[in-house]
Amino acid sequence: MHPAPSVILFSTLSGLGFGFLALLGWGALQPSGWAAFFLWALGYGLAVAGLMASAFHLGNPKNALKAFTQWRTSWLSREAWASVVTLLILAPMALSDIFGLGQPRLIGQIGGVLALVTVLTTAMIYTQIKAVPRWHHWLTPVMFLTFALAGGAMLSGMRIAPVLLLAVAVVLWAVWQVGDGAFARAGQTMGTATGLDRLGVPSVLDPAHTAGNYLKRGMIFVVGRKHAAKLRKLALVLASVLPAVILLLPLGVWGIALATTLHLAGALAARWLFFAEAEHVVGLYYGARG
Amino acid sequence: MNQPRVETQREVGDEIRQTTCYMCACRCGINVHLKSGKVAYIEGNRDHPINKGVLCAKGASGIMQVTAPSRLRAPLRRVGPRGSGAFEEISWEEALATAVAWMKPLRETAPEKLAFFTGRDQSQSLTGWWAQNFGTPNYAAHGGFCSVNMAAGGIYTIGGAFWEFGQPDWDRTKLFVMFGVAEDHDSNPIKIGIGKLKARGARVISVNPIRTGYSAVADDWIGITPGTDGLLILSLIHCLLEAGKIDLDYLARWTNAPLLINDAEGAEKGLFVRNAESQPFVIDKTSGHPAPWDGKGVQPDLGAEWQGSRTVFRHMVEEYLKPDYAPEAVEARCGVTATRMRALAAELAQVAFDQAITLDQPWTDFRGNEHPNMPGRPVSFHAMRGISAHSNGFQTARALHLLQIILGSLETPGGYRLKPPYPKPIEAHPTPHFVTTPGKPLTGPHLGYVRSPDDLCLLPDGSPARIDKAFSWENPFSAHGLMHMVIPNAHAGDPYKIDTLFLYMANMSWNSSMNSARVMEMLTETGPDGEYLIPRIIYSDAYASEMVAYADLILPDTTYLERHDCISLLDRPISEPDAAGDAIRWPVLEPDRDVRCFQSVLLELGARLGLPGMVNEDGSPKFKDYADYIVNHQRRPGVGPLMGFRGNGEVEGRGAPNPEQMQRYIENGAFYQAHVPAEASFYKPWNAAYQDWAVKLGLYETPQPYLFNIWSEPMRRFQLAAEGFGPRQPPDHLRDRLKQAMHPLPIWYAPFGDEDAAFGYPVHALTQRPMDMYHSWGSQNAWLRQIKGRNYLYLPTKIWQAQGFEDGDWARVSSRAGTIVVPVAHMAALNENTIWTWNAIGKRKGAWALDADAPEATTGFLLNHLISELLPDRDGVRLSNSDPVTGQAAWFDQRVRVERVAAKDHPRGTVEPMFERLPDPPRAGGGRVQNSSKNFAKSFRKLLVPGGAAE
Amino acid sequence: MTALPRSTEKKLGLVIDLDTCVGCQACVTACKGWNDAGIGLSDQDPYGADPSGTFLNRVHAYQVAVPDGPAQVVTFPRSCLHCDNAPCVTVCPTGASYKRAEDGIVLVNEDACIGCGLCAWACPYGAREMDADQGVMKKCTLCVDRIYNETLPEEDREPACVRTCPTNARHFGDLADPGSTVSRLVADRGGYDLMPDMGTKPVNKYLPPRAKGPGTANPLTPLLDVQATGVAGWLDRMLGKI
Repeated sequence: MHPAPSVILFSTLSGLGFGFLALLGWGALQPSGWAAFFLWALGYGLAVAGLMASAFHLGNPKNALKAFTQWRTSWLSREAWASVVTLLILAPMALSDIFGLGQPRLIGQIGGVLALVTVLTTAMIYTQIKAVPRWHHWLTPVMFLTFALAGGAMLSGMRIAPVLLLAVAVVLWAVWQVGDGAFARAGQTMGTATGLDRLGVPSVLDPAHTAGNYLKRGMIFVVGRKHAAKLRKLALVLASVLPAVILLLPLGVWGIALATTLHLAGALAARWLFFAEAEHVVGLYYGARG
Repeated sequence: MNQPRVETQREVGDEIRQTTCYMCACRCGINVHLKSGKVAYIEGNRDHPINKGVLCAKGASGIMQVTAPSRLRAPLRRVGPRGSGAFEEISWEEALATAVAWMKPLRETAPEKLAFFTGRDQSQSLTGWWAQNFGTPNYAAHGGFCSVNMAAGGIYTIGGAFWEFGQPDWDRTKLFVMFGVAEDHDSNPIKIGIGKLKARGARVISVNPIRTGYSAVADDWIGITPGTDGLLILSLIHCLLEAGKIDLDYLARWTNAPLLINDAEGAEKGLFVRNAESQPFVIDKTSGHPAPWDGKGVQPDLGAEWQGSRTVFRHMVEEYLKPDYAPEAVEARCGVTATRMRALAAELAQVAFDQAITLDQPWTDFRGNEHPNMPGRPVSFHAMRGISAHSNGFQTARALHLLQIILGSLETPGGYRLKPPYPKPIEAHPTPHFVTTPGKPLTGPHLGYVRSPDDLCLLPDGSPARIDKAFSWENPFSAHGLMHMVIPNAHAGDPYKIDTLFLYMANMSWNSSMNSARVMEMLTETGPDGEYLIPRIIYSDAYASEMVAYADLILPDTTYLERHDCISLLDRPISEPDAAGDAIRWPVLEPDRDVRCFQSVLLELGARLGLPGMVNEDGSPKFKDYADYIVNHQRRPGVGPLMGFRGNGEVEGRGAPNPEQMQRYIENGAFYQAHVPAEASFYKPWNAAYQDWAVKLGLYETPQPYLFNIWSEPMRRFQLAAEGFGPRQPPDHLRDRLKQAMHPLPIWYAPFGDEDAAFGYPVHALTQRPMDMYHSWGSQNAWLRQIKGRNYLYLPTKIWQAQGFEDGDWARVSSRAGTIVVPVAHMAALNENTIWTWNAIGKRKGAWALDADAPEATTGFLLNHLISELLPDRDGVRLSNSDPVTGQAAWFDQRVRVERVAAKDHPRGTVEPMFERLPDPPRAGGGRVQNSSKNFAKSFRKLLVPGGAAE
Repeated sequence: MTALPRSTEKKLGLVIDLDTCVGCQACVTACKGWNDAGIGLSDQDPYGADPSGTFLNRVHAYQVAVPDGPAQVVTFPRSCLHCDNAPCVTVCPTGASYKRAEDGIVLVNEDACIGCGLCAWACPYGAREMDADQGVMKKCTLCVDRIYNETLPEEDREPACVRTCPTNARHFGDLADPGSTVSRLVADRGGYDLMPDMGTKPVNKYLPPRAKGPGTANPLTPLLDVQATGVAGWLDRMLGKI
């Protein structure tokens, strides 16, 4: 799949944002006053920035409100609901924290759960797609949720954060291990895509069109194996190992800022790979595996 | 459940106009849907005989051709050096006056100094007539570089041809065998036919080095070595003869097999033995005596020997039973195993003889014999460029016709059927005319069928009379001329210099020439006096093709939807085996630019030059425009360009001009059909009912029954000349070649290009025309160029593996003539010693209104740069790279060497050779406007009309 | 809306005969022309270096290495299969993508489409292309504006690709009706689904190429040994026949 900046930014930022919001909601930090304002604003900012980025992905955003109608079947619609409801429900909690209104934590806890549900719905948008075998696995939501929780914990300065960050590494490693064999396991080949496996082994003779099209641009992306391996290492180090180490150092807020910056860079790399390495079966028609 | 309301009652347009397609040479009927005067959609016309409603990829993209930015806008005069592309726009008056000022003095002093050649012209009966009246011998269309071997090989043998002049009996044939057929003539009818065979489960076999398209769906594929089809066919004939699987009755009745061949040494050897009335004759089996070949009740003896002369049949059998033709003797050369060949022969015999069919239709032959029914041998063939574009293509075409003949399938139910005006024997065709008289027309048409050396177009000193050397000893039967030699010969002043080259719709500085790079130089080279070696070039085209830059005066043509045309029985009609047919084009759109229908311009030039037939007695123009000519011109009394709605509107074929004729055609869907009576539908060359019908329709003046020419007497006459007999003698250097090529029986000899194998060029190189592109025309079409905007050179597995090619690789391909460096791809379903690519995808930078970095220009390529128009020097003589019989350009003789080129040695983004970018001539520009606000407009509409969204 | 109908009255669809398709691309441009005039299918950089346009039907060419015999070439038209279990429908957040209950045609309601592209991702077959000018998803409509269009002559009420196909390799009909021509073709010729394991239950079917290879006629037997008897012997034997 084409690693479009809009979707990479969207899923990375909103994941981090909702992860952070979840922990704020649960009360992992219980800030007040300006500190509360800045922290909640950071959570909201990340989540909303991510959602805004996703709007750039739309061809026809003027119909965006209609995306709330199909929650019964569509994970994308569910995500729209979940994100909006989360942001609304957590608002009183945020205000309560900022202004010391003393609202019951239960609201925050509900909102926190919903924030994770939002991350889950985001993940499910990808997970549900059978045509992209690499995504079509329970590890995809696990990965999204781990990122969200680790990121949230990191921003919250929780002591468990380094552990969660290391968990990110474990999950990423698992995702790649499983993902690398996913396409083959799905069993789709140019032969099954065309049904010509009845005759023998097909390969491309003439392309259907030498010009570009939406499919070739958006869904068929080939990333070099060496390049991918390099990026994977970078993602592991930046998203997981380095931030975890930094958080263990006595650097205070600056440590969190540095860890977050590195983590975000690593997360973007991981997310870039999440798309770039994902092979859509439509590529089979064009002689590409992904 | 609420579903959105869907607009299902959309009106396509507000008007349908029916005309004839011109996106290729197929000439299908189209329905052009117009909306507010603009083309909205183009689909096939269901009533049309050619396409019966279907339409190919090109035809359905016609809308993009009439909006292409490449359309020329107004007449142009060259202002910079030739080839620079610097032009100024001028008025039509100025353009016409200039052309007349150039041509008039030529006509009055030396008409041959004007050479008029047309490319993909569908008005050859007009353009030829114009040139004839101008008085220049130098006229032809593009058949010489296209497929004249197919036409001439057929006409000399069976009085008809493959190409589009006949077709298999699609409804009855049980086995259909194609030789070298890609997207050739004619495109949709062959597809429709294959579809019919497939629906019935009939068997299709393709003999072709490349397995694509029709060959891909064939039930069996024989990946023959290029240029050896003739050998394979003769080997099949050998097998059939050996097993006695031939139709003796058919041979005896309908072919010249029972005629006697003079065996006596001397000037008559090999000619038919003739009686006192100069008629060849047969020996009647019942009496044992000579009998007329066309006598009623005569039973010709195929095996006769009479006064030392033996029949054609005996000569034929002696030739083809030779062990040289056994499959085992030719298998290596053909690249087809003897087992496959024998299996194919067995299959042909089985279907022809064990699965014969009979039509319950009584008929009478020209001898007066009555037949209770029409027996048929349901084996049919088609062949095109794959066999004709070789230097042995004429004889190969003849060989294939011989195969059909001995199977007894031609013109029988289930076999190959000819379409009116064919069958038509050589005798009913004109001979070529060439004698020039200043200020006077030629005495007859330029192109014709040579019967003997007497008919050659030679000047008194024996040199060729035509600039292309057609109808000379180099290629005596060049019935379509040699367009590919015009520029090289004019440049070389061989056989003489010309003044003005007048070209129509022919992309000679690019894909329509061999050795294109050199041709560009020829067009721009000057002599010691600083004059261009070809002093003046006038060109007419609708589009900014590569050729435009090389002309001095451009007469911009209309697109096909903006013009009149006639697809005439005098030229290349749209007949079917069961009906003669002709058609028109008419302006379904008005041009939005200062362009004119070329044929109208030609008539106006003719009038200004005072050409006979084009002016009234008072010197005024006889025809207002082409439409006027189409309706009112009479070639022979009562016979005009169109056969339908003549006289009072009810007359078919012969009749007075009818001023309503054009309107009647328009009302009839732009075509007319005259149906062949049922009793005349098969056995046409010998069917009295058919002959009478053809005369009535005006196809010929008297019945023209004839025998198929297994033995070709015209060819033998040239052999005799080469042997030293007769007053007209060929130059010595051509004697051996004529003796070989003009063998009166179909024979095979190695294509001339094979000689290059010994010089380090072992690989065959071919091109094919894709089904979705018509030569150079498709690239300017925004839809078609998305499908094929670049091409690859396909390499067979053997070459691919031997040199370790990988995906994305490039190769250097060289021949004796040049080198190209191009991208390659692997193809397994390919003859192991053949490479190929799609034809004419490569474009010159800047041409056709494409951006200079368009893939057509950067990675698209031509093979033309590898192909020399001349054969290698032999004793100081360089002959054209053509069939020695017809002059057909031998494109497919090409031999090359292929070498992998490492990425470090050649950038992957640019093919070689790369030519300077052509400047953009003034042109229409534009293209079709995309309405990107469509959706917003729709939303806005919805606001105004609430409730429009859901039911 | 994005719920799939439990069943559809009809299953209108195409049966594509790969034994007959010669890959001429006629269906591609007929479709482009018809739908450009209707819903609009734009082209970007149409005369430039990187042209790109919206097409609802594409024809690929494959070569197939077969166990015995030379490699084969198969041309392969690809367009929406109007799946019974269409994943492109259920993923749509707005309900723009839907399957009609009456005839099973999968359509996009462009007025509701936000151009998120998720339906194209969900489709294994590459049947959907987003129009870059309009920002909405385009797909084969099975020419819903032809097949019911009473402004067209009755014989023309079939998809543009079917009407134009020169070899008649494309067949349109109701695959829910076992007696229809298309259903019979599928039954007789072994029509198959593309990627059946994806669980999409395509309505469109493909007919496989028939078996290829040399014929089965009995070998010809020479009349006699010509090299021994000479042509004279052959003539005697042969012409005795008349």
